[in-house]
Amino acid sequence: MATASVPARRGGIVRRPTSTTGLRSWFTTIDHKKIGMLYGYTAFTFFIIGGLEALVIRAQLARPDQTLVNAAQYNQIFTMHGLTMIFLFVMPMSAAFFNYLIPLMIGARDVAFPRLNAFSYWVFLAGGLFLYSSWFLGGAPNGGWFGYAPNATTDPTPGMTFYALGLLITGIASSAGAINLAVTVVNMRAPGMTLFRMPVFVWMGLVVQFLLAFSLPIITVALFEMLFDRRWDTAFFDPTRGGDPILWQHLFWLFGHPEVYILILPAFGIISEILPVFSRKPLFGYQFVVFSGIAIGFIGFGVWVHHMYAAGLGPVANTAFGISTAIIAIPTGVKIFNWMATMAGGDLHFDTPMLYAVGAVAMFVIGGLSGVTHSVVPSDYQQTDTYYVVAHFHYVLFGGAVFGLFAGMYYWWPKVFAQKLGEGIGKVQFWLLIIGFNMTFGPMHILGLEGMIRREYTYPAALGLTFWNEVSSAGAFLIAFSVLLFIVNVVRTRRRHRPLETDDPWDARTLEWMTACPPEPYNFETIPVVHSLDEFWHRKYAEDKEGRLVRVPAGAAEPAPGPAAGHGIHMPSPSFWPLVAAVGLPTIAYGVMYSWWLVGVGALILVVGFTGWALEPSVAD
Amino acid sequence: MAETAAHAARPAHVEEHTSTGLPNTKLAMWLFLGSECLLFGALITTYVLYRGASQTGPYPSDVFDIPYTSVSSFVLLASSVTMVLALTAAEKHDHVRMRLWLLATAFLGMTFVGGQVYEFTHFYREGLSLSTNLFGTTFFVLTGFHGVHVTVGILMLLSLVGMSSTNRLPDDPAFPVEMVGLYWHFVDVVWIVIFTVVYLIPNAPPK
Amino acid sequence: MTPGPRKAGGTVTRTRARAGDAASASEVPSDVRKRLWSVLALLALTFLLASCSSYKPQNTFDPAGQPAQEQKNLLVPVLWVAAAVFVIVEGGILLISIRYRHRKGRDRIPAQIHGNTRLEIGWTIAPALILAVIMVPTVSMIWQLAAIPANAMHVTVQGYQWWWGFQYTDADMKVGFGDHGPITVADVLVVPAGRQVVLSLSSEGGGAHTTDGIPDHMVIHSFWAPRLFGKQDVVPGRTNHITFSTNEPGVYWGQCAEFCGLQHGRMKFRIAVLDAQHWDAWVKSQKLPGVTPTDDLAKEGMNLFLNGVSSGGQCIACHAVGGTAASANAAPNLTHFAAREHECFAGCDFETFNPDGSPNLDALSAWLTDPNAVKLGAKMPDYNLKPDEIDALMAYLYSLK
Repeated sequence: MATASVPARRGGIVRRPTSTTGLRSWFTTIDHKKIGMLYGYTAFTFFIIGGLEALVIRAQLARPDQTLVNAAQYNQIFTMHGLTMIFLFVMPMSAAFFNYLIPLMIGARDVAFPRLNAFSYWVFLAGGLFLYSSWFLGGAPNGGWFGYAPNATTDPTPGMTFYALGLLITGIASSAGAINLAVTVVNMRAPGMTLFRMPVFVWMGLVVQFLLAFSLPIITVALFEMLFDRRWDTAFFDPTRGGDPILWQHLFWLFGHPEVYILILPAFGIISEILPVFSRKPLFGYQFVVFSGIAIGFIGFGVWVHHMYAAGLGPVANTAFGISTAIIAIPTGVKIFNWMATMAGGDLHFDTPMLYAVGAVAMFVIGGLSGVTHSVVPSDYQQTDTYYVVAHFHYVLFGGAVFGLFAGMYYWWPKVFAQKLGEGIGKVQFWLLIIGFNMTFGPMHILGLEGMIRREYTYPAALGLTFWNEVSSAGAFLIAFSVLLFIVNVVRTRRRHRPLETDDPWDARTLEWMTACPPEPYNFETIPVVHSLDEFWHRKYAEDKEGRLVRVPAGAAEPAPGPAAGHGIHMPSPSFWPLVAAVGLPTIAYGVMYSWWLVGVGALILVVGFTGWALEPSVAD
Repeated sequence: MAETAAHAARPAHVEEHTSTGLPNTKLAMWLFLGSECLLFGALITTYVLYRGASQTGPYPSDVFDIPYTSVSSFVLLASSVTMVLALTAAEKHDHVRMRLWLLATAFLGMTFVGGQVYEFTHFYREGLSLSTNLFGTTFFVLTGFHGVHVTVGILMLLSLVGMSSTNRLPDDPAFPVEMVGLYWHFVDVVWIVIFTVVYLIPNAPPK
Repeated sequence: MTPGPRKAGGTVTRTRARAGDAASASEVPSDVRKRLWSVLALLALTFLLASCSSYKPQNTFDPAGQPAQEQKNLLVPVLWVAAAVFVIVEGGILLISIRYRHRKGRDRIPAQIHGNTRLEIGWTIAPALILAVIMVPTVSMIWQLAAIPANAMHVTVQGYQWWWGFQYTDADMKVGFGDHGPITVADVLVVPAGRQVVLSLSSEGGGAHTTDGIPDHMVIHSFWAPRLFGKQDVVPGRTNHITFSTNEPGVYWGQCAEFCGLQHGRMKFRIAVLDAQHWDAWVKSQKLPGVTPTDDLAKEGMNLFLNGVSSGGQCIACHAVGGTAASANAAPNLTHFAAREHECFAGCDFETFNPDGSPNLDALSAWLTDPNAVKLGAKMPDYNLKPDEIDALMAYLYSLK
């Protein structure tokens, strides 16, 4: 809990809200669980939008020379597809999981700075809405998610200004969240929970927060430089005044490569939690998995030039980064073996979470292998900027990260919503998704090697690329159908009102399953004292003389909350100041684009928001 | 557990229990400063990469007045001294002296920023703007970002003074003062780097 | 899935087995399984055949020169290693999933193994060794490809939004008229077979504009002819190089491979590789100035071209024809527009000739009528040409052999 200070008699500027239920409470909540849910709902909505954008792309490219959309529209759609999926879906969905689960998994009542947590969410939402407002204000970003200068700095439509400002806003959200969660993990663990008794999911979360904290500032600088070039005619990337477009690429990829680990490590964490539970045995090589995550975090800052092999940096750079890229494959790859060894010898229950977790591993292997071929630099001169790369990153990001996130949704759904998602539909939906996914992205390996470049809105029939494009597009619609089934599953589960029989439906291993489904606002009646890794499991099972497990009859779940539940536990009150302050940021952004007055108004809103925030008492008077 | 406050007394400071023993805010501030190192690192790198690459003037040697900037750098350095004095006073629970030294720090900071504004105006009159050449672009953006950081620091200092005056700080105000102090010293260290790299290290003569 | 202990110390309950829970493979009747397998096999065969059948002009797996052949030779063994790893790992996952899956009625808790350090070290070292082996020829070829040979032909490749120009910069490739500058063409790079060619990549722009006045910009492009060489980026402010050669005459297709704006997807080029005899003839004709037409219509076209059209538009503001007053280089050089090797125009987006060799008047007239309509955002303004002006201009252009 944040530093408790007893309020002075004279409170803040306005009365602090107290209610934690009802619609208004969602706007003032500082409860990490509700904030996690907000992130989840918002991220999933953006997933659907990004998916629709993908369907337009695939419909346009299904056959040669089609005119479903023109060049200008297509360039906006593929740019927004990338931006949406990366910044508005995968990252915030990971944030949803981190926010909801990390305090529960470490035995804490909330994160270190609950209002800052709310601020992060509202700023993220503001950034996403700001970015999407561009469609109505002259054109969406159209320079690719990577925004290479000078094309991005000289494009005459306002889209790339929205890009720079929008990503600056979402970057603030992620930076604040990173500091918040890192401090939470380092500083708020339950007694006895040493770092090496933390769940792997928490470890991966910690590495992700450090990656965010140290990579976001670099792209912040890049985005400011792009903004200044576009808005105030600076010379950062202007070759006619001596600027070097390659500087953009360095700054972008110095962020961009750690970013891809930010995208995948949460899924690695989720997989590392699910496989042991559904194999009924512990993670094989916990320390190895943790250390390889840390190694990926470090080495991840040393491979960025592998996105730039064809940029002409010279053989020394290409050699050095070819080698470092090969090296980073090692800690990434050994996890696969650890996961396989976790499953081997286990009692495997293929409920939907397990299907998705194993599916994620299987798909990530393919993406990882194509990644290794990228490190063969001279051949990468053929592969780069083709659909071979599109195949690679969709296998690791969709096959790896998104499948991992789906696994997490099915797994923790009962914790959050007190119901299990339907298993029947779940399994059907999984198989349709994995088939559709492979149908969509498998052929792209072939298309790339057969000469299809990236980011083209059409191609001539004479290139002979039609057949696999048709297959790929058909697969995309199968993916869409499967996602529709997921939504059907959610709706039907909601309507069914079939409550859980137990708060521990999966017989799990980690502390979050010790709490009620859903947890009380204060999470734990008493903060548990931790004696080992997989603390919850060891409270339920003890090893007999032969090392076999025997169920401990006393049980380990928290006693059901009685009338005195939560007595003496004071959680900080809700607050609307984070939302107020957050509104200041897009206001400033619109001001930068249209009017200095708006900048002033936005700055004022920020200052007022922060002042109210600083001055309000921690509990309502 | 929820105490009721004495009517005009300052709020008490309750130490939270943490896994490392360090308060959450201190850990957060250090992590934040770490990320700021990357921010300024990228800006300084941009400046260094483009050193000597301007295709037209004015060039650094045309506009720099090292003695002048040395004085304003000294002013900023002095503000770190007053910041330390403010913290010492805070640790002694001497709110009056603390406010005095905080104001002194803010004043020195404002002098620094004012000096920069004057300097930038002078450069602008000499023909150096954001868009003139790479020197103008990188110089103004780098020092401008720093100046904004100093300004935010000044606002935080003044906020501390304000909160102290209205009894909103605990009896022992050392912690928030220390946090602002950390930020302030960081901004000062960054300036030392910028001053060295931008002003002191000789620039290549124009091609 | 057996849930854990209930709230408040109850007994353990099992979830009900539900219809639709994963049925094992052995429960599918064998004749259905056989039919499934044959369908799958048929599908696989179809896919394989379908993908192998047609000619693919940009297929990296059909190399026709160096270094494309070497790049493929480096990739194929790595792909085989990847395939082997794929089979072992995915096969392993599949086998483990089947072998250890939960069987109904047997609720057991397996041995709780936490790890095996020796094994983990082993499976860290093994991939490291494989990667090290792969890196050796990789690094070697990086350096080999970076070397620029001495006795090569030199061409400067110029990337514009959204077309390619080529300038032959060697001393023996100068035109025989005017200022004796380098031979300059667009859209199709013509080279001799059996000779090494060094390309210097240069990003250009700033001279052309759309009808709305939006200029073309110097941006990053990438030059890629997959059957001959891997790509290198065309970066403003630097000069990257590609060295290639081929012994097989023919026409090889390529495209810009770095997103460069609106028409990135249609910024194409071809490389025409000629045998010795045809190469000599081509060079000889390129050294001559643009043909002065004898035909009346073509003469009228030349007049419009050089002196401006009725709307006031000036072709010579951007285009050049050797030996005339037109010498701008903001747009494709038209001196030998109708040469047989110049197969395509406007960013190599339209065929210059019909399959029977006759001028492709449909494409060119559509382009001249309204460039933006056939290629959105094209940096050639619409000069509101009248139909008879278009006919005349086309006659002129097709006379420029």
